[in-house]
This record gives sequence, C-alpha cells and structure tokens, in this order.
Amino acid sequence: MIHAVATESAFERLPLVLRDHVTGLFPASLRDLAGGVLAILVIIALAGAVFAFLTWLERKVLGRMQNRPGPNRTGPFGLLQPIADAIKTLVKEDVVPHSADRVLHFLAPVALIVFTLLAFAVVPYGRHLVPVDLDAAVLYFFAAGAGTELAIFMAGWGSRNKYALLGAMRALAQLISYELPLLLSVVPVIMLAGTLSTTGVVAAQGGWEAGVIPHWHVLTPWGAAGFAMFFVAALAESNRSPFDLPEAESELIAGHLTEYSGFKFALFFMAEYFGMMALCGMGVTLFLGGWHAPCAFLEFIPSYVWFGLKLFALILAFMWVRGTVPRLRMDQLTRLAWKFLVPLALINLGTAAFWHLSADWTGATQLLRWTTGFILAAGPFLLLGRGLSSGLGPRTYRYAT
Amino acid sequence: MLGTGIIKGLAVTAKNLVGSYHDPERFVTVQYPEEPAPVTEAFRNFPFLVYDAEHDPMGSLRCVACQICEKECPPQCIYIEKSKDKKPDALSKPQFYPAVFDIDASVCMSCQICVEVCPFEAIKMDQVFEIATADRFEGLLLRREQLAKSNEYYHQIHPTEAAAVDARLAEQKRVAEEKAKAAAAKAAAPKPAAATPTPSPVAKPPDESRRGQQGEGGLKPAAAPGAAAPRPPPPSA
Repeated sequence: MIHAVATESAFERLPLVLRDHVTGLFPASLRDLAGGVLAILVIIALAGAVFAFLTWLERKVLGRMQNRPGPNRTGPFGLLQPIADAIKTLVKEDVVPHSADRVLHFLAPVALIVFTLLAFAVVPYGRHLVPVDLDAAVLYFFAAGAGTELAIFMAGWGSRNKYALLGAMRALAQLISYELPLLLSVVPVIMLAGTLSTTGVVAAQGGWEAGVIPHWHVLTPWGAAGFAMFFVAALAESNRSPFDLPEAESELIAGHLTEYSGFKFALFFMAEYFGMMALCGMGVTLFLGGWHAPCAFLEFIPSYVWFGLKLFALILAFMWVRGTVPRLRMDQLTRLAWKFLVPLALINLGTAAFWHLSADWTGATQLLRWTTGFILAAGPFLLLGRGLSSGLGPRTYRYAT
Repeated sequence: MLGTGIIKGLAVTAKNLVGSYHDPERFVTVQYPEEPAPVTEAFRNFPFLVYDAEHDPMGSLRCVACQICEKECPPQCIYIEKSKDKKPDALSKPQFYPAVFDIDASVCMSCQICVEVCPFEAIKMDQVFEIATADRFEGLLLRREQLAKSNEYYHQIHPTEAAAVDARLAEQKRVAEEKAKAAAAKAAAPKPAAATPTPSPVAKPPDESRRGQQGEGGLKPAAAPGAAAPRPPPPSA
C-alpha cells in the first residue's frame, strides 16, 4: 500500500472503488466499521463459494486421477453437486448422543469454523486487499490456526465416545507434531524479510531479475526447501491425505467426527477446506511471491488475479497429492515430523542465515553462493532421508513352496 | 532417494488425469443406466423356461411339468400345476405341459439346481438383474408367460452352452427317430396284434392342428446350431 505505483490499472483499484461506493452509503463515523463488516462478509461469502466449488473440483480431479468421470449426474458436468450435498446435509437428522456434553458438542464445529475463518483476516489477497494489516500478521495467523486444535479436542471430548476421544487425541498429536515444522519452515522467511507483517513479506519478494525471474522465496535454496517442508506440514495441519488420520474411516471409525451428523458434520468438512485455503494462501504469501506477477510484463493483470491463480495451483497440488499418496500410519506420521521435518527445518535456518550473509557476493562468488546454498538445502535432505528409510529398504517376500 | 517413489506416483496420477480426458478407453467404470454393464457369458441368475417356436411360446415350452425342479428347489420358490391334457413334445411324444409355472424371484437364490435336475433342457439360467419393482409380492412373482424365453435368446446369452444343448437334443431326436423307424419296420415284418399302441406317438393326428407348425418351424432352427457346431454331439445323450 505504501509503494502504490503510478502504473496501476483501473482493475487493480476496482475492489477499493467498490468498497468506497458501499461504505459511502453510511455516515462518516460508521465508515470504518462498515468497511470491516463488508470485508468480513465478502470473505465469508467468497470462502463459502470457493468451498462449494472446491468440493466439486476435488471429486472431479480425484475421479479423473483414478480414471473415473467423477460426479456427473447433477447438472452439466455435475456442477450442481455442491448444492445437492448442501441440501442433503441440511435435511439430515442432527443426532446428539444422549450422554454427550451438549454445549461442547455444539460449540466444537462452530469454534472450528471461527478459528479457520480468523486466519483469513491477515492474508494479502492483492495489492490493496489486506483485510487487516497487522504488524504481527504471521504470528496471528498461526496462533489462530492453532486454535483449531482446541476445537478438535472439544469435539472428541464433548461427544463422550471412546472412538471420538481416541481419534481426537491422535488428531491432537498429529497437529501439535506438525505445528513445529510448519512454524520452523516459516521462520527463515520472517528472518530474511525482517518483518512479521504479511504485506512486508510480500513486498520483500517484489521485483524481477532481468524482468522475468521473480524474487520469490521459493526460487532460493532455503526457500525451496522451506516451501517443501511448509507444503508437507500444511498437508498434515489441514488433515489432508496422506495425513488424514484424524478422520481415517477404516481405522478410527471417523475420529472426532464419529458422533457428528448433518450440518455439524458439514461444518467440520467446511472447516477442513477453509483451513486448507488459508494455509495455501499463507504459503503463496510467504514463498510464492504473494500477489506479485511472475514476470514484469504480466503486471497489467490485477494482483488479486495472480493471487487467486497461485492459490488455485497450490490447492490443485494438494488434490494431486491426495489422489496419489496412501495414508501414513500413526508412527510413520510422527516419525516424519520429529525425526525428519524438524531437523531439516532447523538446518534450513542455517541455510537461510548463510543466504542472508552472502547477499552481497557478486560475480564468481555468486556461483559459489548458489552451490553452497544448494548443498546446504539438498545435503541434509539426502542424509536424513537415507536415515529415515534405512532398514525399511526394498522388501523381500518369501512364499511357501 | 527419499521421495522418488512419490514423484513416480504423482506422474502416474497426472497421466491418468490428462489421459482420461482424451482417451475414454482408460475409464474403468461404466455409466450404468445409459450403458449396460458388461456381463460375462458364464454369468447366470434367475431361471427361465425355454421355448422353441417364436410364434407359439406357450405351445412350444420344453417343460413337461414333471415337477422335479419344484421338488428339488431348496428355497421352494417354484410352483407348478400340471395340465390335464397332453400334447406332443419335440419328439412328438405326448407329454403334459405346465398349466401354471410360477417362480417367486424374491425367494429364488439362483442356485441353478432346477437347471441341473431338469431332464428336458427346459429350464435354464438367465442373465437378468434389473428386476426391481414397486410391488414386491406380485411384481416379483414371475408367471409362466414372463418366464418363457426363446431358444434364440438362450443362444444369445449363453452361446456355448446353448449349442451343446441343441446338439444333445438333436442327438436325442435322431435316436428316437431311428428307434421309431426300427419299431415300425419290426411292426411291419411280423405284424403282431400288440403293435397298435407303439406307432401311435410317431404320428398322432388329434393334436397335429395345435403343434403341427412347431414340428417344422420350431425344431429346425433349434437343431441347426447344433448341427453347425464343429464338435460331435456328446456321447452321453
């Protein structure tokens, strides 16, 4: 917002113009409040619409990945499937177990939705589209995200069902395990950008090398490693496959969702998607250059379109992984976090520090900088990866003769 | 290296995602109500009654109402009422025919025992599976008229089995004709008084009006595939 350049198109300012148009209807003293409420309404409406579209898209993409057509009965290309699903969940009976804690049982899905929606507040959707421009936005984002753990445990405890409780415990173990690599993979970004504000992080990734190579964090050795770790940890944090143990139907009945039905179940489902969208948005902001265009000559396309495209690509990657990788076992899950991702993330801090200190290297030393950075990022991955899979090598099967 | 397997897997799913859009051959599923689900030849459920003459289904049923299937049926879903009169069968032998032949499809367990015990190749297994109905009592009680299906239909659904059956029937017919010829010759040579009841089934005028056409129209197409089959008729017949 500070460095709003003069070459801005009308489309870039379009959301601002619309907002001013709406808030202009209110008296001057209420305009700030109206602007805030408007932002909240737009976020909830857009997130809901995108959620509906994503459920359809996910089923379509997963179907195609498994050589099936996916939903194709409701409307053209099955596009009305989300509406059919919504009607189904709305008219379903809402069963509350007799001995459940009714208040907790009711509050858990609501709290989950609230916490995941809170995270949307600090994501910069475009050059002028930051709902709340906090100084400690990254901290706030992950703090709000951590609140979902409370909601999941509320669901497990309030259901008064041993499977729900066990599932919630496991979900909690998973979420806490992956909170650490998630945060540690973000720390280098904050270190190098020198700010906790998301707008600051995006601003730090502005500009291009020769007009075509953007200064995105993902295009540096530490950034690539950090992004990969962030991606894996985000998969686990949003309970996505292959880390969807909390709701593993075949193993834990449905984890903390066991006693939920009807619309409350839909709320959990919605929260999962909201969480995924928020984390993807944060990943785009921190590593993929936020709303910046990939090339200088593509800047005429409004920044929020670029953000949307990147977000969409990242969510598609999530779906791709879901369609490919089978679910991990609980011990594999925690081992991956504590023995692999956490040490890698800590080493990555050193890599980022080296990158920061070697920022003024030029000429031939530039090559040395990249080589060292690459070795620092890839070496630990190879070594730790070998240690992680040692003893598990190719299995030999012996059959009775 | 750690992660190479995942990358290979991602390549496979990406290939599926792109491939399934331009190569319908990749689809592993069938859009069922529009496309019929493919069934194998050996697939069988629910019995049906075979008839030979297309123009006269009820008159050319192979069933002679011997009621063996009714007695053998484990869930007892078959109900047969024998006719009072007799009419000539494919071998021109006077036989009873089923006045009532009902199978309760809601009880039938598709065990095929009725088919195995039938000495007349009259009841065979079908390939229907869309028998859902709004009325589970009358709708699932299959009457004689619903059960009767042509030999051509039998050839369509189970070609190998039907060819073997036709060959067997043709062989039976040949043996019966030879026997009748021999008996006629024997009757002509010594000319005993007891010869009168024996030749009567060979040519019985009273029922000829009813099943006259069937002798030519009904048996010929049935015997043709058996004759066309490369292998000789089974010796067991």
